[in-house]
Amino acid sequence: MDQHRFLEITQLSISFPKSPLPVLHDVDLQIARGEYVAVIGHSGCGKSTLLNVIAGLLPASGGGVVLDGREIAGPGPDRAVVFQNHSLLPWLTCYENIRLAVDQTLSKTMSRAERHDWVLENLAMVRMTSAKDKRPAEISGGMKQRIGIARALAMRPKVLLMDEPFGALDALTRAHLQDQVMEIHASRGTTVVMITHDVDEAVLLADRIVMLTNGPNATVGEVLEVKLPRPRDRLALAADPAFTAARAAVLEFLHARHANPALAAA
Amino acid sequence: MISTKAPPAPAKFSRPTPAAPTKPSRLLPLLQAVLPPLLILLALLALWEFFASGPNATLPPPSKVWTDAHDLIVDPFFDRGGLDKGLFWHLAASLQRVALGFALAGVVGIATGLLIGSSPFAMRGLDPIFQVLRTVPPLAWLPLSLAAFREAQPSAIFVIFITSVWPVIINTAVGVRNVPQDYRNVAAVIRLRGPAYWWRIVLPAAAPYIFTGLRIGIGLSWLAIVAAEMLIGGVGIGFFIWDAWNSSNLSDIIVALVYVGLVGFLLDRVVALAGRIATRGTQAA
Ligand SMILES: Nc1ncnc2c1ncn2[C@@H]1O[C@H](COP(=O)(O)OP(=O)(O)OP(=O)(O)O)[C@@H](O)[C@H]1O
Ligand SMILES: [Mg+2]
Repeated sequence: MDQHRFLEITQLSISFPKSPLPVLHDVDLQIARGEYVAVIGHSGCGKSTLLNVIAGLLPASGGGVVLDGREIAGPGPDRAVVFQNHSLLPWLTCYENIRLAVDQTLSKTMSRAERHDWVLENLAMVRMTSAKDKRPAEISGGMKQRIGIARALAMRPKVLLMDEPFGALDALTRAHLQDQVMEIHASRGTTVVMITHDVDEAVLLADRIVMLTNGPNATVGEVLEVKLPRPRDRLALAADPAFTAARAAVLEFLHARHANPALAAA
Repeated sequence: MISTKAPPAPAKFSRPTPAAPTKPSRLLPLLQAVLPPLLILLALLALWEFFASGPNATLPPPSKVWTDAHDLIVDPFFDRGGLDKGLFWHLAASLQRVALGFALAGVVGIATGLLIGSSPFAMRGLDPIFQVLRTVPPLAWLPLSLAAFREAQPSAIFVIFITSVWPVIINTAVGVRNVPQDYRNVAAVIRLRGPAYWWRIVLPAAAPYIFTGLRIGIGLSWLAIVAAEMLIGGVGIGFFIWDAWNSSNLSDIIVALVYVGLVGFLLDRVVALAGRIATRGTQAA
């Protein structure tokens, strides 16, 4: 199998019932194993919708998605999702939230004790061991998002899907979590599709940036390769010409060629 | 030199600081909670005493209630056989009926609510019927119930059941329909299905709604049992009140009413507490 077609999206179009225009049309995208892809676009252009279709939570109206040689038809743990609003179950502790996912997805391959250790290992990976017995209501937004990431990665997914995972966080926490995600991506080699509307975040984290045009009826406008060596260091990159060039290219796309129609009209 | 001079210095500072805030801060909230209702109660008793003391008064004043019903108030546990028992025994009999009827309503109500909440068709079909049935007053069920069961005890329990089951069904169904899409998505991604999905996701997510239904239900049960017992007789607080009325024993009725109120209040608190324990964390998120 072609390594560049680990996750393959072909001629995908998505429409909601009762709306005349599709949200997305003719989306084509090939993602390699271990690649980190960021999807960027203005609010409402259909980023979450695209991610939900890859996750199998929404049906495609045309075209399809193939992961590792298999057409996806419905949600599953091979495509773990970090949701825009963390979506931890509030009645379970952090440990139990991850444990539930691990018990559901890995009980065939791991013994009880192994699953327990695996949950603890994932808690340690996001440095949340000390909060393992707390409930989501008792921890901060950044900590919830870390538990969400740990829960997703604990399922050993083929692809990690993240919907604006750091969107609701302050700049310092965001930077901290971005570094953690880079570390995890380096150590586990997980394929990642991350939605963001933060240009710096996209350039810092991604191997390729997929830029969507404005909705409705949006599609892939441009794909930019970010040829920065890893590991990447945010301080060193700030002055790196390759970084600033990539950043400028994305900004150009978003604000000059595909300015937010809502803002432009105002 | 230093050792003799050093000790008094901290003592001077430490003496006034801790003593001042700790003592009143512990007593004050308690006083603030207990004092106002106590004062109002005393004022109401005084008013009652004043208005019920005139020559034309139809109801006994508190002082007369105390002398008339002294035995009843002081010893709730006496048992002279037949219906001549202390209030504890009457309340226990009523509570037993409520416990049976309400437990049945809880089980049936939650199960039916889960079923209805998960099927839009059942919801649309059954909701209007339930909305009508739930407004039928408890006692209106009693004749039918007596006709069907031909015995007082199961009839009373059925009346409790049929009165309290509606809010449990309706609230549970609403809770199931309101399970957030986020939680459904999580369950879908980890492939949580069947009974595990219901047990791990739907029930905990709907628990606050279910307990709201149970709390309304227990209140209605207590309302219903007192009324139903007046008609069916036997040991029970409802019939005790009816019996006292027939023998013109107004003081006994007043004492019984106080007990009915207190027990109703306790029942509500017990269910509320159970709900708080069962749903801890759920609402805060
Ligand atoms: N369930 C739905 N039914 C109908 N239309 C929908 C539904 N969900 C989303 N849409 C529409 O699809 C479009 C894309 O929504 P989506 O949530 O994917 O945007 P987004 O790019 O993720 O935006 P944001 O950056 O604000 O999260 C929007 O115009 C929205 O109105
Ligand atoms: Mg979105």
